[in-house]
Amino acid sequence: MKYIDEFRDPQKAQAVLQQIKKFSRKLDRSAQNPLKIMEVCGGHTHSIFKYGLETILPDNIELVHGPGCPVCVMPRGRLDDAIALAEMPNVIFTTYGDAMRVPGTKKSLLEAKADGADIRMVYSPLDALQIAKENPQQEVIFFGLGFETTAPSTALTILQAEREKVPNFSVFSNHVLVVPALQALLDNGELQLDGFIGPGHVSMVIGTEPYQFICDRYQKPVVVSGFEPLDILQSVWMLLQQMVSHRVEVENQYQRIVKPQGNPVAIDAMEKVFVPRESFEWRGLGEIPQSGFQLADAYSHFDAEVKFAVPHYQSQDHKACQCGKILQGILKPTDCKVFGTACTPSNPLGACMVSSEGACAAYYKYHRLSAAS
Amino acid sequence: MTDTNKNIAKSPSRKKKFRDTTVTLAHGSGGQAMRDLIDDIFVGSFGNPAMADLEDGVSFPIQSLAQLGDRLTFTTDSFVVDPLFFPGGDIGTLAVNGTVNDLAVSGATPLYLSCSVIVEEGLAVDSLRKVAASIQQAAEAANVQIVTGDTKVVPKGSADKLFLNTAGIGMVREGINVKSDRLQPGDAILVNGPLGDHGTAILIARGELALDTNVASDCQPLHGLVDIIINACPQVKAMRDATRGGVATVLNEFATASGVGIRLQESQVPIREEVKGVCEILGFDPLYLANEGKLVVAVPQEAAETVLAAMQSHPAGQESKIIGEVVEAAAGVVWMQTGFGSERVVDMLVGEQLPRIC
Repeated sequence: MKYIDEFRDPQKAQAVLQQIKKFSRKLDRSAQNPLKIMEVCGGHTHSIFKYGLETILPDNIELVHGPGCPVCVMPRGRLDDAIALAEMPNVIFTTYGDAMRVPGTKKSLLEAKADGADIRMVYSPLDALQIAKENPQQEVIFFGLGFETTAPSTALTILQAEREKVPNFSVFSNHVLVVPALQALLDNGELQLDGFIGPGHVSMVIGTEPYQFICDRYQKPVVVSGFEPLDILQSVWMLLQQMVSHRVEVENQYQRIVKPQGNPVAIDAMEKVFVPRESFEWRGLGEIPQSGFQLADAYSHFDAEVKFAVPHYQSQDHKACQCGKILQGILKPTDCKVFGTACTPSNPLGACMVSSEGACAAYYKYHRLSAAS
Repeated sequence: MTDTNKNIAKSPSRKKKFRDTTVTLAHGSGGQAMRDLIDDIFVGSFGNPAMADLEDGVSFPIQSLAQLGDRLTFTTDSFVVDPLFFPGGDIGTLAVNGTVNDLAVSGATPLYLSCSVIVEEGLAVDSLRKVAASIQQAAEAANVQIVTGDTKVVPKGSADKLFLNTAGIGMVREGINVKSDRLQPGDAILVNGPLGDHGTAILIARGELALDTNVASDCQPLHGLVDIIINACPQVKAMRDATRGGVATVLNEFATASGVGIRLQESQVPIREEVKGVCEILGFDPLYLANEGKLVVAVPQEAAETVLAAMQSHPAGQESKIIGEVVEAAAGVVWMQTGFGSERVVDMLVGEQLPRIC
């Protein structure tokens, strides 16, 4: 824990904060027209709220919470498909915990479990493979979720299933890719962002080079950041330094983990097992070309979409729900008409209110304090 | 008298040795098998004259109770923990300490407990024997008596190994009024030691995480510590043992019931490094993890240091801390001031804590 504590040192945080304040005064930005920095990754959003970082930044800097929560960006139809798979006879459906509560059209995986489906929470796809080996008479499906952060572990598990010839294991892949999502965001004319805090865990896999196009084509600086409070504060400071000195670069704050070229072993596993889908639907962002992973033909015998009759449900979000614009950073959660009224963490209409990384759930908590004090 | 009649005459005095190794439905049938199980496992373990009679109810003389206080407190709780045995305790110690602590934090002196047992067909009798022994040891440590109980056996699949229910009665001393709606701005909030140990021990004991830590459950009776708190500060406002939902849930209940805000100081909240580590890996917040030997207490500001010193003098409170204060602003909200001056809300948990993807 000493390693972690270094990145939570209050004195160091104060020193970085003083620098942020100093540089923020050099910007021609006011509280009414703040500098907008998007953190793409849900893990960053979580940390920002966990440590209350928004409450200590100068008021002419606004953190915008992007589409980096894989649970938030999954369209409702895909969740309905997952529930349909889970409710098939003789199936054990395995999933990461935070997908359990997300509402589908009629129910969540948690409710499907209460209705009798054999749904088990796992901490790794390897746990799901182990369940498959222990239950040879049943089909075990793993709900593959997440960006390039989790896709390598799914890929490595499929390679292991192939080596061990486990016939009753398959993956329902909903893995998504960060670069096409960033591209789609940047191509949206409504978007007004000044810079990006790049995703640390994703970059650990893909490296920093894939973000260069953001600087080259859109002239926005990027700082790849770790997840501790000091990491995030330092990344904000690094972005401000770039802006004040009129530089536009990809910088790497998370050098202790992220290498420019990424992790070749992880990339290799992903490239073996997955191929990009022609197009994948993102909640709130719509169809984005080449933005999701499906299993390559050589591994299609582990693909739940090939192995089983997936219904491919289509489901529109609740009409009043503004998750889409919130995920793009165009609206703040508090701008949504149903925020905190019809849509609350106890009764979420949209996924942004469900996940602990969701901007709405985080805002809901923070809003209660600022409204009451 | 024929030989046969002699044998019949002898039979009632012959105590049948209980040799079964697995609990079956026969042990819940109400017949001889059940009687043998109860005699051997429960009556034998508890060694309590009130229970040995096996009457349908147990009576207490009112006068002796009245000498201990002016109000009787009655509480009940059920225990369904998995696994049954974990570092620092088992379902039996939980069942006794849970109810003892519910009585204690109500300001009552715990006196008598009931213990009902629901066993899933197929449980090893040795496991049941071990749990019964734990129940008795925990009762002795908490100075309470198990005076009545019930045993049911349900078919395989109808329950998960073993469920326990304990109910308890205790007496509240005259003048003591402990309730969650009595908090006022200025009151101090204290806890009696590191948070989240039990929740972490259970997570690890389930073996799903392949993690190796030495965190043990904090399962312990709190009646002695509560006595010390009440003696140091009879004006104690509110007390609650921070079991399921953890300290965050208790504080939110206090804030809502009293219509006040509660501000915590992160640097003062005691959490073991090992618990922090497990929480980091899983994306959990230790403030919401279960405890089985921790209480949260609110006392008037002027008594805070006295109560803290008193708590620290007791074995169950050596690591006590003042973790926050009651404030007028933000009624119904609990929040925490972090080490570097930021603030974050410590809200009521929606559902259970679920591990995050990344």
